[in-house]
Amino acid sequence: MNLPEYDDHWLARPRTIRLLWFIFIAVLALTVLAQAVIKVKGYFGIDSWFGFAAGFGFACCAAMVVFAKALGPLLKRDDHYYDD
Amino acid sequence: MITITMTEPFAPALILIAAAILIGITRGKLRSAVVLLAPLITLWAVWQIPDGVVSTARFLDYTIEPVEGSPLRRLFATIFSIMAFAGGLYAYRHARWYELSAAFAYAAGAIGVCFAGDLITLFLFWELMAIFSTVIVWCGGTPAARKAGIRYAMMHLLGGVILKVGIEGVVVHTGSIDIQPMLATNFDTWMILIGVLINAAAPPVSAWLADAYPESSPTGSVFLSAFTTKTAVLALILLFPGEPVLIGVGLYMVMYGIIYALLENDARRILAYSIVNQVGFMVCAVGIGTQMALNGAAAHAFAHIIYKALLFMSAGVVVYRTGKSKCTDLGGLFRTMPLTTICGIIGALSISSFPLTSGFVTKTLISQAAIDQGMAAVYFLLAAASAGVFLHAGIKFPWFVFFQRDSGLRPKDAPWNMGAAMVLFSALCIVMGLFPDAFYRLLPYPVDYHAYAPGKVLYYLQLLLFSGLAFFVMLPWLKRTPTIALDTDWIYRVALKKAVLWGADLLGSAQDKLRHFASALLQAGLERIHRHHGPEGIHARTWQTGNMVLWVAIMLASYLILYYLL
Repeated sequence: MNLPEYDDHWLARPRTIRLLWFIFIAVLALTVLAQAVIKVKGYFGIDSWFGFAAGFGFACCAAMVVFAKALGPLLKRDDHYYDD
Repeated sequence: MITITMTEPFAPALILIAAAILIGITRGKLRSAVVLLAPLITLWAVWQIPDGVVSTARFLDYTIEPVEGSPLRRLFATIFSIMAFAGGLYAYRHARWYELSAAFAYAAGAIGVCFAGDLITLFLFWELMAIFSTVIVWCGGTPAARKAGIRYAMMHLLGGVILKVGIEGVVVHTGSIDIQPMLATNFDTWMILIGVLINAAAPPVSAWLADAYPESSPTGSVFLSAFTTKTAVLALILLFPGEPVLIGVGLYMVMYGIIYALLENDARRILAYSIVNQVGFMVCAVGIGTQMALNGAAAHAFAHIIYKALLFMSAGVVVYRTGKSKCTDLGGLFRTMPLTTICGIIGALSISSFPLTSGFVTKTLISQAAIDQGMAAVYFLLAAASAGVFLHAGIKFPWFVFFQRDSGLRPKDAPWNMGAAMVLFSALCIVMGLFPDAFYRLLPYPVDYHAYAPGKVLYYLQLLLFSGLAFFVMLPWLKRTPTIALDTDWIYRVALKKAVLWGADLLGSAQDKLRHFASALLQAGLERIHRHHGPEGIHARTWQTGNMVLWVAIMLASYLILYYLL
């Protein structure tokens, strides 16, 4: 495939991606640590635990990905499956 | 048969019906003017409708109420008018005239449902939507679109028949055609509920949506994303507020949309599954049924129409420019499509209910309603679903379409009108997110809710950002494959087809056997006749005179002997 000459867009460079990961992890840490200062109101007990939403969000998404992956062999078919 | 007695403010749906006709008979700039002005006039007309019944008419032996106003009805009609405008702006230079005409008739149906004061009017506009949305699917112009349109029409006509059975039952048993809150307690009300839920893409027939919408044209899918499912949500709010079964149905839809979107490869089909997911939030809210929940359902429908159309617009530009919609064929488009990428990301953040976007100020109303009712399981499932939305629509869609690997595609960015429509809806997503209180004033019930309590914002930031982390950590598991995922439509697309073909084979073979048997019977009969009456047959022989004289002599002799003996 002939890629145009401006393929190494600054956003696609490994250095930028490393920097973005660094910023992302810093922001993640900050949102959890901020709970020491900002009170998260819990309505059902556990939702006020320190970092609950972070763990809950990560765990739920991981579970959904695993569940979808497990369903894959059962449900996935070639994309011409319904073609006559 | 029809006598209209009063039509004070003009019925807004009629403006769009007139526009649909005018689009067909005008050309060039005049047609463009019709497309762009008619929705704005409709929007003005919507706000001229006061509360209560505005007009009545005699239809058969019933007094129908074609126009009835209320804050809830105006809210939905407002967003449908805005949608018709933005959709028209997005499409008018690229869509064929008959697609635009069908889209406006479809929008007219949706606005007609909004103001329908009775079940008969509601049904008529409901069917208008079914007919013209089918035409839009067919405007995809491919053999796949033609087939998907037929399946779509069959599903919606079935839904219409079920709804009609329910309406007839209610009219016969109660004598009332009024639209009023009810619960699914008997056959009639169940039929109405099922008929409405089919349009909401509820289980077990959710598959019609992801089957049909992605087969339409890039412009057609923008219109399709807005009207059918959201009028179903309005009908549920009007007819079944607090119906408990809707909570379970809504939660199922929420999870179904996420899982199927995760399995999907086609960008527009990912968005189609996420419609089911988002409508699930609204259906669940209607099931909770409190004023806060109904506000949440209505507000979320309003916000959803904007950000979902925005997402379909950005996907539509990609399809329009590249002719491709599969994630396995796309990637790296941000290089040459910055506007489409940014607008797509704004839509993706809004659907994920990220703080400062419209989705945040509307979806959290629904969560608050679950909290107020002490529904812990519903609350946590909705929170999990919010995380899942960020996973499947918030990141997956923009990542696989605009980023991931470089596909080598270097398409131009959006044409100016498509770009303008996307900028308009992006701005609305952000303005609604920034100024929720102004929007809350449009809701049907008074709102005492502060979306931006610091603890709440932090909670959702944690939830969403760590969902994003899960996406990137598990990216190898989300690798796209050129596949589709089987759904319940497999039953009528494969199993029933096979059953019918098998039945036809069986009948064919039985018919063959019967024919062989009849033929053999006839042959045997003919042979028998031939044997007896043919040239060599016993009945066809020539009898000799001598033989006959001998036999006569024997008979006479026998007669004489018998005479003497007796």
